[in-house]
Amino acid sequence: MQLRRILVFTTQKLLRLGLLLLAVAIFTFVLLSLSPIDPVQAYIGADMMQISPEQRQLIAERWGLDQPMLLRFGDWLGQLAQGNWGTSMVFNQPVGAVIASRFSLSVQMLAIAWLLSGLLGLGLGIVAGALAGTWIDRAIRLYAYTLASSPTFWVALLLLIVFSVSLKVTPICCAAPPGQLAADVTFWQHLHHLLLPALTLSIIGVASITLHTRQKLIDVLHSDYVLFARAQGESLWGVIHHHGLRNLILPALTLQFASLSELFGGAVLVEQVFAYPGLGEATVQAALRSDIPLLVGIVFFSALFVYTGNTLADLAYPLIDPRIRLGG
Amino acid sequence: MLTIANLSITFTQYDQGLRRKQLAVISDLDLSVQAGELVAVVGASGSGKSLLAHALLGILPANAQLTGTMEFQGAPLTPERCQALRGSAIALVPQSVGYLDPLMTVGRQVQRVGQLNGLPAGPAKTLMKRTFNRYDLPAQTPRRYPFQLSGGMARRVLVSTAVVTQADLVIADEPTPGLHPDVVTETLNHLRELAQAGRGVILITHDIDAALQVADRVAVFYAGTTVEIAAAQDFGTGNLRHPYTQALWRSLPQNEFVAVSGNQPSPENLPPGCLFSDRCPQVTTECHQARPEFRFVRQGWVRCIHAES
Repeated sequence: MQLRRILVFTTQKLLRLGLLLLAVAIFTFVLLSLSPIDPVQAYIGADMMQISPEQRQLIAERWGLDQPMLLRFGDWLGQLAQGNWGTSMVFNQPVGAVIASRFSLSVQMLAIAWLLSGLLGLGLGIVAGALAGTWIDRAIRLYAYTLASSPTFWVALLLLIVFSVSLKVTPICCAAPPGQLAADVTFWQHLHHLLLPALTLSIIGVASITLHTRQKLIDVLHSDYVLFARAQGESLWGVIHHHGLRNLILPALTLQFASLSELFGGAVLVEQVFAYPGLGEATVQAALRSDIPLLVGIVFFSALFVYTGNTLADLAYPLIDPRIRLGG
Repeated sequence: MLTIANLSITFTQYDQGLRRKQLAVISDLDLSVQAGELVAVVGASGSGKSLLAHALLGILPANAQLTGTMEFQGAPLTPERCQALRGSAIALVPQSVGYLDPLMTVGRQVQRVGQLNGLPAGPAKTLMKRTFNRYDLPAQTPRRYPFQLSGGMARRVLVSTAVVTQADLVIADEPTPGLHPDVVTETLNHLRELAQAGRGVILITHDIDAALQVADRVAVFYAGTTVEIAAAQDFGTGNLRHPYTQALWRSLPQNEFVAVSGNQPSPENLPPGCLFSDRCPQVTTECHQARPEFRFVRQGWVRCIHAES
C-alpha cells in the first residue's frame, strides 16, 4: 500500500516534470527563433568578417536553418534528449560543465541565504506575531515592508558600499582573492567572499517569511485550541512553544521551498553586483553575449531547480502534518 | 466555594469611525456553586453562558470590562488570581475536539496539562495513561491525533484534561451537543462522578433534559442575567418561579412542546425594566419600570416581581 502510494507519487511527479520541461523547451525555442540573434553570427563571432556569404549559406544549410521551424525544433529536441547540450561560446566549454562548476559556487550562497532567511524570518515573524500591536511588532513590520519593496540590486549595492567600501570588512568582489590559484583558496577565504552576497540574498528573503509567519501566528493565537491552552494555565510563550511552532512550521516551510525561485532570481542580480562567479553571473553573461546554448541550459536547469524546491515542499507536508500522513 | 453576584460584562466596540459602543452582554448575573455540587447553567445561545466560563478563567477578550463580584474559596477572583488559578484550581472542559491542538497527539496534550499542574514529565505521563485507562480509552489512544478520535472518545479525552488537574471547580462548556444519546449520558455521568469526588461542577448547556439528568441545581440564564436558580426536582414538581423557566419547561417535547413567541433582546437595546417583559404572559406596567431584584422564594432564587412564595 505504502509502496504503491510512493510509486504513484513518483510517476505523477516525473510526468509533470516532463510536461514542464517540454513547455519550457517550446517557449525557449520559439522565443529564441524569433529573437534577432543570428545563430551563424553568434557561432562565428568576431571572425564573421572573414566569411563569405556563400560559406555562411553552407553553414546554415548544414545546420538545417533553412528547414521549417517545426522540423528544426524536433531536431533540436532530439539532440537535447541525447545529452548534447552544445558548447558555451563565452566559456568555450560544454554547457553541462559550465553549469556544474558555476552552480557549485552558487549553491553554497543559496544554501546559506535560504537557511538564514528562513530562520531569521521565522524568528522575527514569531516575535512580531506574539507582540502584535506593540512597537516591536511595528518596527519588524516596517523593516519587512521596506525590504519587500526595495530592489535587490539596490540593497546589494548599499551593503557593498557600507561593508566593503567604507568599513572594509568584506571583500569587494569575486569568490576568492584576485590572483590566487583556485587550489590555494582556504575555506575561510572562501567563506569571507561568500558572506556578503549570501547575507544580501537572505535579508531580502526574510520579508515574506516574516510577514507570513506573523499572520499565521496571530491566527493560531486566536484559535480555540490556544484559548483552551490558556485556560489550562499555559503562558503566551508556552503556547507558542507547544502549539504555535508546530502549527506554523508547515506553511512556513512551504513558503520557504516555494521561495527558491525568488532566491534563484535574486542570485542573478546579487552575483552581478558582487561579481561573484556563480550561475547567476553566468546567466547575465550568456544573455549579454548571445551565448544561446548556455542560456538554454540555464533555463532548463532553473526550471528543474524550482521544480525540485516545490517537490520538496510537497514531500515535507506528510512528514509534518499527521492529518495528511495518516489520512482522515 | 464559588459565589458570583451582580456580575456584568460590557464590551466596548467601535461603531462607525471612532464612535464607541457599549454592549452589555452580561448584566446582574448571579450564581453559586458548592463543593461536590453540580450546577447546570441553561439558557439559549447568546444568554451569556460561555462568557461566564471565560470570565471565571480570566480569558475574556481585552475589550471586555467586568463589574460585580466573583468570589472563589473565600477570596475575590481578581485577574491576577484568575491567571494563577486557571488550569490548576479552575479547569475547563471545552465544547469540542476543535479545542485540541490538531497537530499534537492527545496523549501529549493531556500530559502537558499534568505538567502545567506542576508534575514532572514522567508522573504526568503515568497520570495521563491512568486517566485514559479509567475512561476505557483504547491503549493506542495517547498516540492518536484529535482528528482520529470518534465523538465519544473525544468527549472522554476532553473530560480527562480536567481530571488530571486537581481543580476544585470544573466548568464544562456545552459538552454534549450533536452526540449520540448514549455518549451524552456517559459524558454527563463522568461529570457527575467529578462532583461526587468533591469538586464543584458547572455544566453549561442549552439542553434542559441533559441538565436535569445530573444537576443538583439549575441556573436559568436569559439575555445575560440569571432569572432563576432552582433545584433540579423543582422542574418535575412544577415548583418553578420565573415565567421564562416555566415556558422553557413547557417547550420540551415530552411536555406541551409549545415555544414562547419572540426573541431574546439583543445586548444593544435591552429594555429598562425586566429583560423578559416583552415576551412575558404575566407582564404588568410595573415590570417595565425597573429591573427586578434577585429574591429568595420557595427555597429558590428568582428575578421576577410576580413570583409568590
